[in-house]
Amino acid sequence: MTTLSIGKPQMRTRPLWGWTLNDGLVVARRNLIQTVRVPELLFFSLVQPVIFVLLFAYVFGGAIPIPGDDGADAYRQYLMPGIFGQTVAFAAASSTVGLAEDLHKGIIDRFRALPMSPPAVLLGRTFADAARQILVLVVLSITGYIVGWRIDNGILNAIWAYALLLLFAYTVAWVGAWVGLYMPNPETANTAGLVWLFPLTFLSNCFVPINSLPGVLQTFAAWNPISALVLSCRELFGNPTGIQPDYWPLHNPELYTLLSCTTLIAIFATLSVRRYTRATSR
Amino acid sequence: MTNDAAVHAEGLVKHFGDVRALDGIDLTVERGQVVGLLGPNGAGKTTTVRILATLLQPTAGVAYVAGHDVVKEPDAVRHAIGLTGQYAAVDEYLTGRENLRMFGDLYHLSPRYVKERTAELLEWFDLSEAADRPAKTYSGGMRRRLDLAASLIAKPSILFLDEPTTGLDPRSRLGMWGVIQALVDEGTTVLLTTQYLEEADQLAQDIVVIDHGRVIAHGTADVLKDQIGGDRIEIAVTDVTRVGRAVELLRPVGTGEAIVDEARILMPVSGGSTVLVDAVRVLDSEGIEVSDIVLRRPTLDDVFLSLTGHVAEEEAPAVPKARGRGRKEKKA
Repeated sequence: MTTLSIGKPQMRTRPLWGWTLNDGLVVARRNLIQTVRVPELLFFSLVQPVIFVLLFAYVFGGAIPIPGDDGADAYRQYLMPGIFGQTVAFAAASSTVGLAEDLHKGIIDRFRALPMSPPAVLLGRTFADAARQILVLVVLSITGYIVGWRIDNGILNAIWAYALLLLFAYTVAWVGAWVGLYMPNPETANTAGLVWLFPLTFLSNCFVPINSLPGVLQTFAAWNPISALVLSCRELFGNPTGIQPDYWPLHNPELYTLLSCTTLIAIFATLSVRRYTRATSR
Repeated sequence: MTNDAAVHAEGLVKHFGDVRALDGIDLTVERGQVVGLLGPNGAGKTTTVRILATLLQPTAGVAYVAGHDVVKEPDAVRHAIGLTGQYAAVDEYLTGRENLRMFGDLYHLSPRYVKERTAELLEWFDLSEAADRPAKTYSGGMRRRLDLAASLIAKPSILFLDEPTTGLDPRSRLGMWGVIQALVDEGTTVLLTTQYLEEADQLAQDIVVIDHGRVIAHGTADVLKDQIGGDRIEIAVTDVTRVGRAVELLRPVGTGEAIVDEARILMPVSGGSTVLVDAVRVLDSEGIEVSDIVLRRPTLDDVFLSLTGHVAEEEAPAVPKARGRGRKEKKA
């Protein structure tokens, strides 16, 4: 066959685990290309949080008092880090749906039959889903600025806050990936991928001060990692924080955010990789 | 011992819960050979391929691919194989070129090699013009070609093709056969599953017929055909009312039971072309007019019918689905 003229390929030998980062980036690039090729999806994934900002700022804005701060813009200042936290949490849903689709279409089978590093597909997925949140955070910050939100505590603190938000996005993406690997089809993933995110984000300080929540819910909200994340952001952006009830995570929000994120990544990355190596399309 | 064969499996068993998908499959594919795994839906073809391609672990039994144990050395196996599944497993948002590059990168081939090989495969699979369009704009046939191209990026010495032409139109199917034949001519070992008897007959030197997770026959197409006894004579009589009498007259000519379909009679025979003369003579003795008469070799359809007692079901739904549907109907 003259058309297939070039010689036998040279496989570059290195233990497969040594390829993990390389393979992960190859898969991440693929997932990010998908984002660019479906601009409609990207557009609506940006519109949704913007609508949240406008709804909460103008519908609930006047009705929710922030303890310790009664300025006119207090709720909007309080709200924005909450919306940031909620929005990056929903990065998990795209990991769930993305993996469920890859499984369903059989492309995971192809990946698994390649001599590539096993965690790479998941690494690429979670990395791309977290990276996409950078754009989302930019759009949200601009929207926030328009409705009166301000960064009021120095640029370095603000960068640290954004970094924590991306770390959290990456963390929930791993949880989402693990959920996605159990989904029987993409349709189920569309629903199941979201279902746990509503209690996670609403039983927190994202939209209302934790003091207003009753007993058990208050305890849950206080230990909810997203509360610590959002509180950290409020402090780092110099926004009103409300008054914190007496729980350890709320007194050490940045430390708790870092601890809970690293713990959750360790747990869900392990579970997901184990599941992935056994996953089948049917 | 088994290291000479490209694929060697012994006593493969796979259970999914209570379902015995494989019930002891033995299979050997010599290097450079094309073996067709033939059977109806649910026979265990895909499960066999998935085990050999390291995607599933067998419940029992051993399998070596390119001399490596599929359970103990999956990475070594993955280096040697290409796999094309039943669905075109390419990324539909990526272009054809991007797809091939991605898979090449994941094989850890040098960027230069990947670039050249990608261009070469796109050319060979007649995808050069569509190379920079997202794969979702491709027709079914183009996607399958891209899918096959993707499995060839690292020049695997062993290729698993799981129903490579299912769902393709006849023209695309012929194109696919041409491509597979060319790969075989180059020395690639191919294990191909199909439910199309014609496809196995066309492509494979050796055919393994499986049903209910077991090998029920094995051999070349000719051997299988001989196994069920010689040729078939097919006769159409002009007057339908005389079919019954025609069958009676033909009985001494044939070697087995005749199958009657309206005015057509199908009967196993032996003895080559003299049988044609005998058949015409006995019918002529009572003035039964023949509108058509042929002597033909049995097709694999005939083989399958005589081996399994049922025809190969081409579009039979998978068992669990059918059961689910039944339950729903009962409720409604």
